[in-house]
Amino acid sequence: MKIIEVQSISKKFPPSTKALDDVNLSIHKSEIHCLLGENGAGKTTLMNILFGIFQPDEGRILIDGKVVTIDSPKAAIKYGLGMVHQNFQFIEKHSVLENIALGMSSASFLFPLRSIRKKIEELSDRNDLHVNIDAKIWQLSAGEKQRVEIVKALSRNARVLILDEPTSILTPQEIKGLFQVFKKMTSESYTIIFITHKLDEVMSVGDRVSVLRKGKLVKTVEVSKTTKKELAKMMVGYELLFHLNKSIIDPGKVVLETKDLCALDDRGLLALKNVSFHVRQNEILGIAGIAGNGQKELIEVLTGSRKATKGNVIILGKEATNHSARKIADAGVAHIPEDRMRIGIVSDMSVCDNLILRDYRKPPFSTRFFLEQNYINKHASNLIDKYNIFTPSIDTPAKLLSGGNIQRLILARELYGKPRLIIASHPTYGLDVAATEQIRQLLLKQRGEGAAILLISENLEEIFSISDRVAVLFEGSIMKTFQTEKANLEEIGMLMAGTTPKKELIVEAKN
Amino acid sequence: MKLKIEDRLVVTRQQTIIISIMSSLLSIPLITIIFLSYGVNPILAYQKMFYGAFGSAYSISETLTKSIPLMLCSLGLTITYKTAIWNIGAEGQLLMGAIFSSGIALSFSNWPAYLLLPTMFVFGFVGGAIWSLIPAILKIKFQTNEVISTLMMNYIAMKILEYLVYGPWRGKEEWGFPFTEKFSSSAQLPTIGATRIHYPTLIIAIVAAVGIYVLINRTKLGFEIRTLSKNPEAAKYVGINYAKIVLLIMIISGGLAGLAGVGEVAGIQHRLKPNISHGYGFTAIIVAWLGRLHPLSTILVSILYSGLLVGGEMLQIVFGLPIGIIEIFNGVILFSMLSGDFFLRNKISFEISSKAER
Repeated sequence: MKIIEVQSISKKFPPSTKALDDVNLSIHKSEIHCLLGENGAGKTTLMNILFGIFQPDEGRILIDGKVVTIDSPKAAIKYGLGMVHQNFQFIEKHSVLENIALGMSSASFLFPLRSIRKKIEELSDRNDLHVNIDAKIWQLSAGEKQRVEIVKALSRNARVLILDEPTSILTPQEIKGLFQVFKKMTSESYTIIFITHKLDEVMSVGDRVSVLRKGKLVKTVEVSKTTKKELAKMMVGYELLFHLNKSIIDPGKVVLETKDLCALDDRGLLALKNVSFHVRQNEILGIAGIAGNGQKELIEVLTGSRKATKGNVIILGKEATNHSARKIADAGVAHIPEDRMRIGIVSDMSVCDNLILRDYRKPPFSTRFFLEQNYINKHASNLIDKYNIFTPSIDTPAKLLSGGNIQRLILARELYGKPRLIIASHPTYGLDVAATEQIRQLLLKQRGEGAAILLISENLEEIFSISDRVAVLFEGSIMKTFQTEKANLEEIGMLMAGTTPKKELIVEAKN
Repeated sequence: MKLKIEDRLVVTRQQTIIISIMSSLLSIPLITIIFLSYGVNPILAYQKMFYGAFGSAYSISETLTKSIPLMLCSLGLTITYKTAIWNIGAEGQLLMGAIFSSGIALSFSNWPAYLLLPTMFVFGFVGGAIWSLIPAILKIKFQTNEVISTLMMNYIAMKILEYLVYGPWRGKEEWGFPFTEKFSSSAQLPTIGATRIHYPTLIIAIVAAVGIYVLINRTKLGFEIRTLSKNPEAAKYVGINYAKIVLLIMIISGGLAGLAGVGEVAGIQHRLKPNISHGYGFTAIIVAWLGRLHPLSTILVSILYSGLLVGGEMLQIVFGLPIGIIEIFNGVILFSMLSGDFFLRNKISFEISSKAER
């Protein structure tokens, strides 16, 4: 039975991009329908239209067989739709119950919490969404917050739940838990629309999957009748290599070493607790961990924008603790920052200017006072060709580029001049499959050419596919370091969540 | 029908110019209302204003004369505003420039002009720069809000000037007026013919405008300023030294305002006295924004705005309108101009919404 039907929906965002082009989609009742596509394929746009945030230029939406106009999220809720966004919208200091009650029209005017408490408890029990409803939001983990969002949507009588990349912030265990919730909910006759760009997730939880590419619906297929390879091909338009060619190279001498490194976070609390590790030439060390466990502080200390309170940073055998950002960069350290738009580029400046952001001070880019604009332009054209950066011109403001192209731009800039150490933070976060693959290849190429790479990522698949060793960071401490081939996903997932597995499970890697 | 407001991702130079002019023109109907409320025929008033500003050789020369301090002050402000440093202190920096150069003029009155005038300009620059450096250092060291500190520095400069002309520097032959002695002829700037256009200062202003344009667009320092102004976090990440840039920018900005002060005492008044500025340092804030913080357009806007001031004086003479009317104009024009920013940042369109049938 079709609960939602989307017919010939098109949406254009001026000036030119057609975000959605004649998309037809039907969602069956009580199914887990995955929406798969690269970034920019139109998944989120389509769901935002369904949820009344955008209006389609053409086409119509049917719910329960009737044509409806969804002109606001309020209308969407009325029709029984619920949405869990990528970024949670909570009042952190309030309790779970208070957050759920907020804006709920069915709550009574007096003592609203008392009137809905029972309903909330029942809803969460029935769907295995266990949360302590009296806890404050800030006390919850990302996974728990997500459960609260789901309960919140259900409490507004949602029958269809749209989740926009819900797994991107979860640990492997939490993802497993979320999928169990999905199964339970569909058995309670809810319908789930699950937006993702991860093939494994589609294969493990989806009933049917619709693949979007460049605003067009490629196909809707039954998950049981397709393969990962086929889906990947539909998603990117050509066949992908699933295994990166990681050659075996013996690591060389130590490039980066930290000894008992300590640092405070912005609130003045200890964020790094005696962190010691080293990275060698021709080696990628992956730092696994959930965001907020000291990664940001670690990167900032290593790149010179935060002071260490204790311990040492040694780069190429030389003391580099608390050196300035410029001095560290000049020592041959490249940094691929996590927050591309905020610190990776200057979005209002041209592609050309962004490409010299690191090297503008040095000849041949400039003389004593003046910029060598001719050389800079030539340099920009070269890098654009070399890294396949898709841009209308070198003078285009960087903000007009897509996420993948912005990341290529940053890599082109940072990898120029053969860095000795590359600090890459979530280098493929939010990128589509093709860009992800290209960026991992580039990192492996640098490894082959003798660079030491520190890879900070929440994405275990990424860490496993390219690092030589993995260290797990939890609450500012390195829990353990493994040789990648001897590590197991389950154990690392548990360490990321702060639980040390039973002794017999531990396979200590010797390095 | 539905009003649709969208972000404008790219603003072309053409759009900037057209929207700036259109929004400035928006002030005309508003000002017309003010004229009407005084019972003045607005068309006649505009005619008189235009004549007063650009209608004769004399009025043009007056307009140019008054545009010189506006150019220098607003040029300095363009680079501070570009870097998001809100220097409101051009008035005080101008006065300090006037004070420093007057000190030189009075102490070395027997020096020849070719030595004395350049020295006065150098010290005028230093005086203005000192006055802008104090808030800059406070901002860097103690995160003091520069809007407040630069504003207050204006009043300190005014009081210092008053103290000097009422006290130690008061001229013996000035009939008890709070003026210093008249400068020796070697401390007076040459002018074009019989006009009051002290052309050396005008040349300095134009050279400075070109210089700042080149600085911003062609130099390493300019690249750092652009980066810092558009994304301070990224600037920090590539190791651009915020403190150094803020200090440099404030030195340039204050120094240029100081030069304007030199022009006023050495070119117009030939002595130091209160009211040498007529609020040029404040008017320059409006000029800088009207010029969209572009150094070259600042020159043009300074001349036009100076025309408004000079033409406004005509309104006082012909219609007996109060002096405050010019200040109202200032406010109305800036207000109209800033409202134009909304249209620069957003694209407004009407669309007929397609209603799906129920």
